[in-house]
Amino acid sequence: MALTEEMTQIKKTPLYDLHQSLGGKVVDFHGWALPIQYSGIVSEHLWVRSHCGFFDVSHLGEVRVAGKGSFDFLQARLTNDLSKLQDGRIQYQLLCDERGNLIDDLLVHRVHQDEYWIAVNAVNIEADLDALRRYSPDTVSIEDESDATASIAVQGPDSENVLSKGLGLSGSHLSYYSWEETMYKGVRIRVSRSGYTGEDGFEIYCPNELAPELWKALVLSEPYGARPAGLGARNTLRLEAGNGLYGNEMDIRTTPIEAGLQWAVSFTKGRFVGRDMLLKQKESGPARKLIGFRLLDKAIAREHYPVFHAGRREGEVTSGSFAPSLGYCIGMAYVSKDLAVLGTKLDIEIHQRLVPAEVVRRPFVELQHKKNKGA
Amino acid sequence: MADTTKLRYAKTHEWLNLDGTQGRVGISDYAQNEISDVVFVELPRVGRELKKGDSAMVVESVKAAFDIYAPVSGKVTRVNESLKDHPELINSSPFGDGWLFEIQLSQPVEANELMDQAQYDSSKGNH
Repeated sequence: MALTEEMTQIKKTPLYDLHQSLGGKVVDFHGWALPIQYSGIVSEHLWVRSHCGFFDVSHLGEVRVAGKGSFDFLQARLTNDLSKLQDGRIQYQLLCDERGNLIDDLLVHRVHQDEYWIAVNAVNIEADLDALRRYSPDTVSIEDESDATASIAVQGPDSENVLSKGLGLSGSHLSYYSWEETMYKGVRIRVSRSGYTGEDGFEIYCPNELAPELWKALVLSEPYGARPAGLGARNTLRLEAGNGLYGNEMDIRTTPIEAGLQWAVSFTKGRFVGRDMLLKQKESGPARKLIGFRLLDKAIAREHYPVFHAGRREGEVTSGSFAPSLGYCIGMAYVSKDLAVLGTKLDIEIHQRLVPAEVVRRPFVELQHKKNKGA
Repeated sequence: MADTTKLRYAKTHEWLNLDGTQGRVGISDYAQNEISDVVFVELPRVGRELKKGDSAMVVESVKAAFDIYAPVSGKVTRVNESLKDHPELINSSPFGDGWLFEIQLSQPVEANELMDQAQYDSSKGNH
């Protein structure tokens, strides 16, 4: 049976056995054995919006950058202005190549001036390490902590309650995009108030050995609103929140300007890798731009489906799904910049049929985490 | 609700409930569970001639689009119109209200090549 052979190649998180025994539907997710769903994508999605869902995101990578000169190194390597990041806070950052193309998008946690801890996309860990090390001075060390680190995202309006009552962890004093180290059962863990779903929530990073205990405690937190969720719901939630996914909305042939991420690029902070190309593109305007759309008919536009305007092929869908919170299909696509205007009518080819669509605002739903200012 | 002991199954998880040379087609409980959360269906046109193994229609779930194959050859005589407004019936009642379409068999002998319930149940372990 072919499956057995594949399963020996596939990477497992420390929660693999628990997913199997608790009824998670484990699939090959970009080389990782991870649950696509527990009870069902739609029910999990709606549960996260109304209560709290927890996700195994241990496939994510973690990189520690430390040593004298770390600030100057990262400030010149990444696109966003690192001088705005304080100790204990998190900043969304982009790692670009010399041509301004996206190598990865990152969450940078600042420990202090000379130490940073970075959460990176699973598929890009090696590329990130290469891209960082190529520019790093001898005084700065770049350590890959991915293999030893597990991560669980706890997302939804009941998250704070689940953390305090279910795990005995206090999260109420953490404002959005803050992190701290704390102890759980005598082991040091990292808790950040952050996430990908558009909801309030937390991401917990811990040593692999501790992850099963945390997961079991979360399973027992159902009275406080917590239920396990899979990566299927994580994807529909991030899509509704308008969050791009590396590999879909972002890749090595795409710049932050095209991807609508100019807000994470600082042209005033001084030199950084990719600046010249990005500045040129910003001034001339990119040929294409990422837009959000909704379908005006019952259908689902999925990745790579062609997008047309007035009979002309414009580009293709980067992500698309039925949006459980909205009751219709939404998606994102690249189109020429003139069409990146709210209300523009598009046609998307779905199973040999052109289905009308309209450019709409991203995010598609109201982001709830903005309301949380913390204590 | 179809008497599931009388159903014949294709390897691709469609069931056929045969009444003479007329058959009703749906998908198995296993298949609806795999597909999960059906949100739209694209039903075949009534009158369309299908060959065994043709893609007859598409079931769209949150996860992906799934082709539904004709388990036998024949002409589509009726489709389950209620799925247009209630596609979730495929999940909640795959053998009953969630049926897909009816077909007038042009090669009735093809039905003999399909699996019975026991054969189908044991075949699923190989997927």
